[in-house]
Amino acid sequence: MPAIVVLVKHVPDTWSRKTLEADHTLDRDNVDSVIDEINEFAMEQALQLRDDNPDAGYRVIALTMGPAGADETLRKALAMGADDAVHLTDDALAGSDLLGTTWALTNAINTIDDVALIVTGNASSDGAMGALPGILAEYRQLPALTGVRSVKLQGTIVTGVRETAEGRYELSAQLPAIISVTDKAPKPRFPNFKGLMAAKKFEITVLDTAAIGVDPGQVGLAHAATAVTGATQRPERTAGDVIGGADAPVAAGKIADYLAEEKFL
Amino acid sequence: MSTVYVLVEHDGSQVAPVTAELITAARPLGAVTAVVVGIPGVTDTLKAALAEAGAEVIVAAESADTHRRYLLPQVDALHALAAHNPGPIVVAAGAAGNEIAGRLAARLASGVLCDVVGINADRTASQSVFGDQVQVAAAVGGACPIYTLRPGAVEPAPVAGAGAVTTLELPGVTAKDVAVTGFSLARRGKRPDLTTAKVVIAAGRGIGSQENMALAEELADALGGAVGVTRDIVDLDYYDGAYQIGQTGVTVAPDLYIGLGVSGAIQHTSGMQTAKKIVVINNDDDAPIFQIADLGVVGDLHEVVPALIAEINSRK
Repeated sequence: MPAIVVLVKHVPDTWSRKTLEADHTLDRDNVDSVIDEINEFAMEQALQLRDDNPDAGYRVIALTMGPAGADETLRKALAMGADDAVHLTDDALAGSDLLGTTWALTNAINTIDDVALIVTGNASSDGAMGALPGILAEYRQLPALTGVRSVKLQGTIVTGVRETAEGRYELSAQLPAIISVTDKAPKPRFPNFKGLMAAKKFEITVLDTAAIGVDPGQVGLAHAATAVTGATQRPERTAGDVIGGADAPVAAGKIADYLAEEKFL
Repeated sequence: MSTVYVLVEHDGSQVAPVTAELITAARPLGAVTAVVVGIPGVTDTLKAALAEAGAEVIVAAESADTHRRYLLPQVDALHALAAHNPGPIVVAAGAAGNEIAGRLAARLASGVLCDVVGINADRTASQSVFGDQVQVAAAVGGACPIYTLRPGAVEPAPVAGAGAVTTLELPGVTAKDVAVTGFSLARRGKRPDLTTAKVVIAAGRGIGSQENMALAEELADALGGAVGVTRDIVDLDYYDGAYQIGQTGVTVAPDLYIGLGVSGAIQHTSGMQTAKKIVVINNDDDAPIFQIADLGVVGDLHEVVPALIAEINSRK
């Protein structure tokens, strides 16, 4: 049965305060982590493609790479309706850069049979790199429909719509392919009680670098092609004057005075 | 002197404003080679502007089918050039730039730094992360380090270059290609590009209705600015998603940001809090946006904004 693989990521909650450790990696201990919201859109898209094409018999498989605890994100994906889940975890992977991360992920995908489509979010909320789909596309020699808001499968063709500041593109490529979806894609479903209970008990496949045939020397912080060498916290903005209770013309006059003072008028 | 490659952003007739920023940001790395990918003849149209911005060499990678293919011609052109004569590559950050950068990083086995806000002569770069709360210095390895530059982050400083044109033959279609089966141009009007505008007027949920978006547009026009919106406004279908500011939209850093009915959720402020001056109008005095505003007005924007537009026009 052909597979739709969804890449999901466990990230710090956008609402929590993120800080860096002494080695400039993210302090993951003192921050609440959740499934990256954009991955829920990726999951939803994959589930819809599976359900809209019952004859093709797609299986949706969620895949994540990350430390113990990242399996929570896979359980969320299972609760939404994923058929299977794979957790790639190994201390050797800690601190991997984008190339190392993608190399590990593509080897983990190689353990899955008959991959027709790989679905990702357009960019994670913590790293905000957005280059992963492009790297994965080259490693796997596949076409990529990145940053799309709607996707359809017709036989062996995948089509999608991408909206940018320049305009609206209708795109088409042959399967197998990679797609990355934006948060303008269909809204993610909420897991129901049955889904949540089944996800809790589900036996997630756990892989380490040996299982995917990746040499620890090709991944991890020590082998990264990019390195963060320094970090400074931006000074907090402070509140300025607040005008309350003034009539509209008076308030407007004060704003105009300020704009003139700052030479915007 | 070493070579640095810049991918030219253009619409077929004009060089996009971000291209001058790319050339300015790339200049410390070496002599700038500007790479034009497009239909035959496009380089002739663009070469004067590129030389003026600082291109020493202009590569014409032209083919009749580039507008029907997506991204692979750009990747192929930069890959061919950098594989032959290695050097850093600078492209504009964004959905297209991210994929181009990723494909190049894999092909050239070099590191990639996304969404940088500045590049140094020693190939290090600065990034602004976690919703612009932390400024990070980053180093990148490989013979052809790749940078995607955040639009609007670098002030263009044109220094005219020689602009010598050379041509590059593009490889044909492969199995990796994505075909463009339809394209409709966004209607942008006369307003400046959101990411590079000096003045940005942003509308949030408090704007109230789709019709009221005209208030934001009129104020933008009175100040020569661009219009942006929060995610709520896009979700409500009041305005096009291309104008969304924040975590899943664009990042802006204008000289002046005016928020109309914007509450100040972190998903929005992470995309605008490096604006030089922030002015907000909101009827909810508890809105978190007031905590980062240089000037805040607690009041009904539907009354204050028309009065402000009249006041601005009378002072012109």
